[in-house]
Amino acid sequence: MSDIFSLTFLVGLLSATLRVATPLVYGAMGEIISERGGVLNLGIEGTMFLGAFTGFAAAAALSNAGVAGYLWLGLAAAILAGMIMGALMGLFAVTLGVNQHVSGLGITLLCTGLALFGFRLIFGESDVLPKVTPFAQIAPLGATSPAGVVLEQYLLTYIAFLVVVPVSWWLIYRTRFGLNLRAVGENPEAADASGVSVARTRYASLVLGGALMAVGGAFLSLAQLGAFTPGIVAGRGWVCIALVIFARWHPVRGMWGALLFGGVFALQLRLQTLGLELPYELFLALPYLVTILALALAGRNVAYPGAYLKPYHRE
Amino acid sequence: METRSYPYAIEMRGIVKRFGPTLAGDHVDLAVRKGDVHALLGENGAGKSTLMRILYGLYHADSGEILVDGRPAVIRSPKDAIAHGIGMVTQHFALASPLTVTENIILGRTPNFRIDMDAAHAQVQAAAGRYGLEINPRAVIGDLAVGQRQRVEILKALYREARVLILDEPTAVLTPQETHQLFTELRRLQQQGLSVIFISHKLHEVMAITNRITVLRHGRVAGNVETRGTDERALAQMMVGRVTRPAVKPPAVEEGDPMLRIADLHAADAKGVPALQGVNLTVRAGEIVGLAGVSGNGQSELAHILSGTGEAGRGAVRVGEKEITHADARAVMAAGVGRIPEDRHAGVVGDLSVEQNLVLEHLDDFRRGGMLDHKRIRSHARALIDAYQIKAAPGDRIRTLSGGNMQKVILARVLERAPAVIIVAQPTRGLDIGATEYVRRKLVEQRSRGAAILLISEDLDEIMELSDRIAVIYEGRIMGELTGAEATTERLGLLMSGVAHAALGAEA
Repeated sequence: MSDIFSLTFLVGLLSATLRVATPLVYGAMGEIISERGGVLNLGIEGTMFLGAFTGFAAAAALSNAGVAGYLWLGLAAAILAGMIMGALMGLFAVTLGVNQHVSGLGITLLCTGLALFGFRLIFGESDVLPKVTPFAQIAPLGATSPAGVVLEQYLLTYIAFLVVVPVSWWLIYRTRFGLNLRAVGENPEAADASGVSVARTRYASLVLGGALMAVGGAFLSLAQLGAFTPGIVAGRGWVCIALVIFARWHPVRGMWGALLFGGVFALQLRLQTLGLELPYELFLALPYLVTILALALAGRNVAYPGAYLKPYHRE
Repeated sequence: METRSYPYAIEMRGIVKRFGPTLAGDHVDLAVRKGDVHALLGENGAGKSTLMRILYGLYHADSGEILVDGRPAVIRSPKDAIAHGIGMVTQHFALASPLTVTENIILGRTPNFRIDMDAAHAQVQAAAGRYGLEINPRAVIGDLAVGQRQRVEILKALYREARVLILDEPTAVLTPQETHQLFTELRRLQQQGLSVIFISHKLHEVMAITNRITVLRHGRVAGNVETRGTDERALAQMMVGRVTRPAVKPPAVEEGDPMLRIADLHAADAKGVPALQGVNLTVRAGEIVGLAGVSGNGQSELAHILSGTGEAGRGAVRVGEKEITHADARAVMAAGVGRIPEDRHAGVVGDLSVEQNLVLEHLDDFRRGGMLDHKRIRSHARALIDAYQIKAAPGDRIRTLSGGNMQKVILARVLERAPAVIIVAQPTRGLDIGATEYVRRKLVEQRSRGAAILLISEDLDEIMELSDRIAVIYEGRIMGELTGAEATTERLGLLMSGVAHAALGAEA
């Protein structure tokens, strides 16, 4: 058991924590921005899945064609797919005023079907998993010191923590878009009377949110795996839904939530290798148990956005 | 120059508005002089709010025209109204509560994508200073008292360069102190040239703050007078179309047995802060005891405990000989307590029908086998609708009823059981004169029957009109008790502001 406290163990744990947390940060920021406008986007799980697929499929095609920046172009394709799904959520939840639970779950089903169908269509049924050479990690501090090893990460991880989180905060609290967004999510009548377009603001937040969710999915296929598998997202979208409530719709708290989940996930991976006499499913369940626990503790009496789940139409 | 000297800020001419079969506006004319505080007076349902919603672009008139500054104006949305310099503050504030004062005020008026919060705060602060409205721009709306929120709404309208401000029943949600402050602020704004349309059904307020009064009744103009040339009696007659009758209270019945006894009651509010700190109070059979106080001094917590929906700490509450300190709502009712809650929407289930709401608390009495006896529920409802003059059908969803009719449903449900003790909180808040009179008469009737009534109200006039004894609560303690004869607004006001009874001893 003393292994747990060794430096190597700790370094490995922290490094893995950041890696596991990365897609959650993208997903949670996307969901926070969507929900701040009053729309619960349960399409997140599917949007991440579609993002993972679109990113991979585009990158694979471009890579075969010998295009140099195939990974970034694949990422761009994923973003586009995410934006389309965000707009579709807008069509259902904003324009048509359909129940948000139903439309969100519908989008997840649609994305899942599209991605699996597309995968079969493009790659057929082969025994060999198609692969692309994924993003390489960067190590700004070198890969020898413990800190250097921890910080040897993908560029997308750096972007998640150093750009997406602070920019999300800035966007929500320090820009016109963010002010309109919060007003629209809280009191759409007041926003409307003040000349803020409720529909346009909500569409913008859903499209932006969808793009971020798709990047979260594409991170899995283009960075972590270099491949696409049917179980690639594995409920991360749902975890993000919980994280957003845990975070009380605040980007920085959302980041801490993602790190907490990432940390427990990384820990259970390592606990599995210690050879304890426990079924491994128990370890696998651990991060989800912690999520539920954290939600139960921190998610009580939270103030949901005032117009949460409510479509807005002028009388 | 000619437009500048034009005397009227707003003119509405021949406004007609139909909702289905009802005429909410029947050729209404309204002319508001510049710099006036102009009252729009009328009972609930007289068409005041409809008229103002038309002016603010929330409704569209079927016919008629609106002139702003003497020029015809087309107002299709609040945005148009704001562009014409018209602002409106409704009872349900159009503020986003997790946002700060500044954020709410600058919403929709942000010139750049990036917002410089410090500069925005300074700008809002400056505007607040200019209009004499004291407010902290950095405060979060959710943390502000109702009166302060209203101030934010007024400032928001002024920030949008409103020259005409519509205030829809602005004092309905205010304490006497806040009302006083609002009036001071309005007078100052009036001096700065602002015109105000003041919607109300409270006569003494209209007399106190306005220059001119337009009275509406059943969608028509029933009168248009200078405030200086009229009085409350004349206005009341215009409003209801007949002479009004105050609830005449018969002389006190001889001293009855103590029915409700509260001894050293303690309780905490939702945040765990002590809300009741040793309340002692007795209500006897055949008397109305008024509990006066500024809102938030423990009244709600007390009412909840007496209704079986609160959490009592130390102390005891007895109904007759039965202790109900920690009893639940069912046990409290069984002990003979009838409750008329502060928020009448919380006293009914909006989506259920009138007849269902009328039996909601006593479903066991309307069973046949394991099922509800719908025939009996309906005939029960018919009888009560008749007896309590409720303007509704048994099958109407209660959500669709006016406040007065909803309150009558609650009264009917409670009073038909002839409870020994009645806990009634803010029974006439938001009701029109007719309904208010009705509710008060019913309470006096109950007193004559021998019920012990605890009347919790923030309306001092109501307390003084109805109570045999008045207790004043301040920070969870009873500051003093006065008999109905001893009570004056001044003495109650002193007690309400926490000046102890002893200090009054000299003049008593």
